[in-house]
Amino acid sequence: MDFSELFKLSGLLGRFSPDGKCLASCVQFRLVVRDASTLQVLQLYTCLDQIQYIEWSSDSLFILCAMYKRGIVQVWSLEQPDWHCKIDEGSVGLVASCWSPDGRHILNTTEFHLRITVWSLCTKSVSYIKYPKACQQGIAFTKDGRYMAVAERRDCKDFISIFVCSDWQLLRHFDTETQDLFGIEWAPNGCVLAVWDTCLEYKILLYSLDGRLLSTYQAYEWSLGVKSIAWSPSSQFLAIGSYDEKVRILNHVTWKKITEFEHPATIANTKTIVYKEVEKSLSVETERLSFPPTRALASSLFSTQSKYDVSQVPVSLQYIKPVADRANPKMGIGMLAFSPDNCFLATKNDNIPNAVWIWDIQKLKLFVVLEQLCAVQSFQWDPRQPRLAVCTGNSKVYLWSPAGCVAVQVPLEGDFQIVSLSWHASGDSMALLSKDNFCMCYLEREEV
Amino acid sequence: MGDWKAITVPVLSSDSKNIFQYTSAKKVSPSSMNSQVLRLPLPSSKSTHGFFSAFCTEENIEQSVSYLDRELTTLGFPSIYAESKGKELNLISIINCMNELLVLQHKNLRAQEEVEIQHLKLGSDMEHLQNCYAKLKEQLELSKREIVGLQERDRQLQSKNRNLHQLLKNEKDEVQKLQNIISSRATQYNHDMKRKEREYNKLKERLHQLVMNKKDKKIAMEVLNYVGRADGKRGAWRTDKTEARNEEEMYKVLLSDYEQRQKQLLVENAELKKVLQQMKKEIISLLPPQKQKPKERSEDGPVLSDLEEDIGELNKENMWELSCETVREQLTNSIRKQWRMLKNHVEKLDNQVSRVRSGALNEKDVISREDHELETEKLELEIQQCKEMIRTQQQLLQQQLMSPCDDDTTLILQDCYLLEERERLQEEWRLFREQKKNFEKERRSFTEAAIRLGLERKAFEEDRGTWLKQQFLSMSTDCKHSENVTAPSAFLGSSDQDNRLAISTSQRKPHCVLSVPVSPEPCQMSQYITHNSSSAASKTPAGDSKSNQWVERDKEETE
Repeated sequence: MDFSELFKLSGLLGRFSPDGKCLASCVQFRLVVRDASTLQVLQLYTCLDQIQYIEWSSDSLFILCAMYKRGIVQVWSLEQPDWHCKIDEGSVGLVASCWSPDGRHILNTTEFHLRITVWSLCTKSVSYIKYPKACQQGIAFTKDGRYMAVAERRDCKDFISIFVCSDWQLLRHFDTETQDLFGIEWAPNGCVLAVWDTCLEYKILLYSLDGRLLSTYQAYEWSLGVKSIAWSPSSQFLAIGSYDEKVRILNHVTWKKITEFEHPATIANTKTIVYKEVEKSLSVETERLSFPPTRALASSLFSTQSKYDVSQVPVSLQYIKPVADRANPKMGIGMLAFSPDNCFLATKNDNIPNAVWIWDIQKLKLFVVLEQLCAVQSFQWDPRQPRLAVCTGNSKVYLWSPAGCVAVQVPLEGDFQIVSLSWHASGDSMALLSKDNFCMCYLEREEV
Repeated sequence: MGDWKAITVPVLSSDSKNIFQYTSAKKVSPSSMNSQVLRLPLPSSKSTHGFFSAFCTEENIEQSVSYLDRELTTLGFPSIYAESKGKELNLISIINCMNELLVLQHKNLRAQEEVEIQHLKLGSDMEHLQNCYAKLKEQLELSKREIVGLQERDRQLQSKNRNLHQLLKNEKDEVQKLQNIISSRATQYNHDMKRKEREYNKLKERLHQLVMNKKDKKIAMEVLNYVGRADGKRGAWRTDKTEARNEEEMYKVLLSDYEQRQKQLLVENAELKKVLQQMKKEIISLLPPQKQKPKERSEDGPVLSDLEEDIGELNKENMWELSCETVREQLTNSIRKQWRMLKNHVEKLDNQVSRVRSGALNEKDVISREDHELETEKLELEIQQCKEMIRTQQQLLQQQLMSPCDDDTTLILQDCYLLEERERLQEEWRLFREQKKNFEKERRSFTEAAIRLGLERKAFEEDRGTWLKQQFLSMSTDCKHSENVTAPSAFLGSSDQDNRLAISTSQRKPHCVLSVPVSPEPCQMSQYITHNSSSAASKTPAGDSKSNQWVERDKEETE
């Protein structure tokens, strides 16, 4: 594994281009586009205000930079650095901005979710979508980019509108049986839309592309409900993580639950492998010490190496019970991700923040538990193979694959607390992001 | 009872001391009694005298004797007097009486002993029984106390149980109440939320209006130049057609997805059906054949016959293609039945094995382990032997093929081979020649037969001709003036032959006509006659002249 040096970053805005050639990063109001393999600066753009959000267009030719405070979206072209485009929402305000799948339209959500404006880069036309729903995931595009589902709310009722992305024609408009729609997500095959309700009500609705209600699933009443959902890449399974620390898996044939994954604090099954991160203490020979201490020596003294040990089952994990009288408690399944080959599911129980649970989907059983020393910040699967990268807010990156797992210390000076990571599309490298910096990690083919 | 009751005589008050001494001593033990009895006469003469003088002194001898006599007679003993009245004592009777009394005394003593023994026994028995009784009473007391204790505990537990039930009910009621409270609060909140949301919507609308009204010039997009579409095409107007097209596309997408899924499911189904079929075959093969066990047959008879029918039906390959309900049900039912049979079979085997292990009856179809092992050993030996044989044979063969190392042997061998071949060839030649001769013979015989056949045919024809002539003649004699006769006779002449010929020709005419109607008659006739002549030519020369005549005549006729 090779690591690049640190580069400045702000707002955790480091994104690979969809074609994998470039890496865009933001430093305050500057947008830096680098080559993904050499990290050489290809382009440098300056925006009018601090950038809050960047997104590549699907053909990797344009980048949009959104500045919510000023209500401006600036679009830059990679082919023609002189080209510029500025969309000013003015007094309407800007809350969210995103590309359409064809890479030629920008959807801006105005403040208070008054409307969504569809700006076209090809023509002078502007479209409006009224009454968008103010929720976490209100807009969803199908994987092939043909259709867009928008959640709307009129007269205290939730609706969903399906638009055809090629000409923005309204295809279907139907109401949903939700109290307060929280999110929508298309299945990877683009034929089923999962709609779930607010956490006060456990309800998942599945709609077909043509607006028919296929099925409703409700596991229980009254307790806090759905926290996160994930589709499997083949659209076969829908994993629902809820506040009761369980993941329920629905199958695409009957839309009924096929299994429940529990996340207890004590793991008793002997077939589960538990990797525990332990610190290796470095022994420093006193003769080698010199004054003033060299930089390398200092960093090696104060950084702790760690490795994974296989713990003997039964293992008891650190369980945190959140305060009962606060809203949005840190409990339940907060993160869910399927591996790209559909064989594994990685979950995180917010009650046990130091552990990542990996489930074998072929056997529907718990396969591996990674117990870290610090709370897990994020994890992401390699887009090509079943390899999981985990970061816990320190300067180590952890990789797991069915062959084993490894903890790698990023050999950089200074404080580098990895809060987020992002894989390159080829699976050969990844970007490790911290609050102020980022670095690239290059993996060899045979690694792990 | 160790009293000497019989001896208490009121007269002997002075010596009662002695007697009481003795009587008191008597109570000690029965064994001492005898010694006392024996000791009685032994004490000093003074005391004996004293004892005996207590009853009979020198003064009252007669009174005491008479008294004794009276007592003895009342007891049933004979009198001690010599005669009934008189003072002379009968010594013998006295001695007898004494003996009798002694005997009686002994008997009494023994009886007394026995009684005393029994008395003791009964006493000890009584003690024992009293002890038992006491113990049982104690046990009874204990058990009663235990029962009471257990009853108490039972009561306590029941009351606890009731309490817990009550608690559970209370909890359930509370839970229900809380749920009701939650639901009511939820509806209240929803209502409030809706109210606030409506207000919020109103605000939003107002804001929207204000913003729109302002016609903010700033809401605009500045772009250097418009960019071409990603797919290079121009934008299209939105029309009904495009709407319809979009709908169509959407349905196509959905349909293709469903079709794909259905294909996958069909493939899966087919695989599973195959697996089930395989399983079925294997289960059938595992089940024991029916010939051996009549018992089993009676049990499984009807089931098996159904099975066989099922097998017959379902093993047809084309049945697998159908996916209708009945086939599926049949398949699963048949597999279930067979699986059950297999299970029973395995259970039976298990039972048999366990029985054999426990050393019970050895059924004929259960091969004991030792026999089985012997068999396997035997088979292994056989296999070994066969392998060795094969190996030796192979070696020999190789030797054969490879052994000729010196030239002489090779030459000789080659010669041998050549000789062999030559002899074989000669044999074959011989056979061939023989066959050839046979063929010649047959051919000759065939040709002879053909010649004979030809001759016979000619003869036959001649016979036929003569027969026909005869017939004609016979016919002509019946009717003299027939046209058939005159016409040819004028033409050909008057000889019988001619007549015959005429008849024959005339007869032949229709015959010829019938046989080959197309060709003209004279030609046919000539053909026929020439044919006849050729056949006749092969016959005896006698016939030749006739035919020649015929031919000439016919030639004339035709000309």
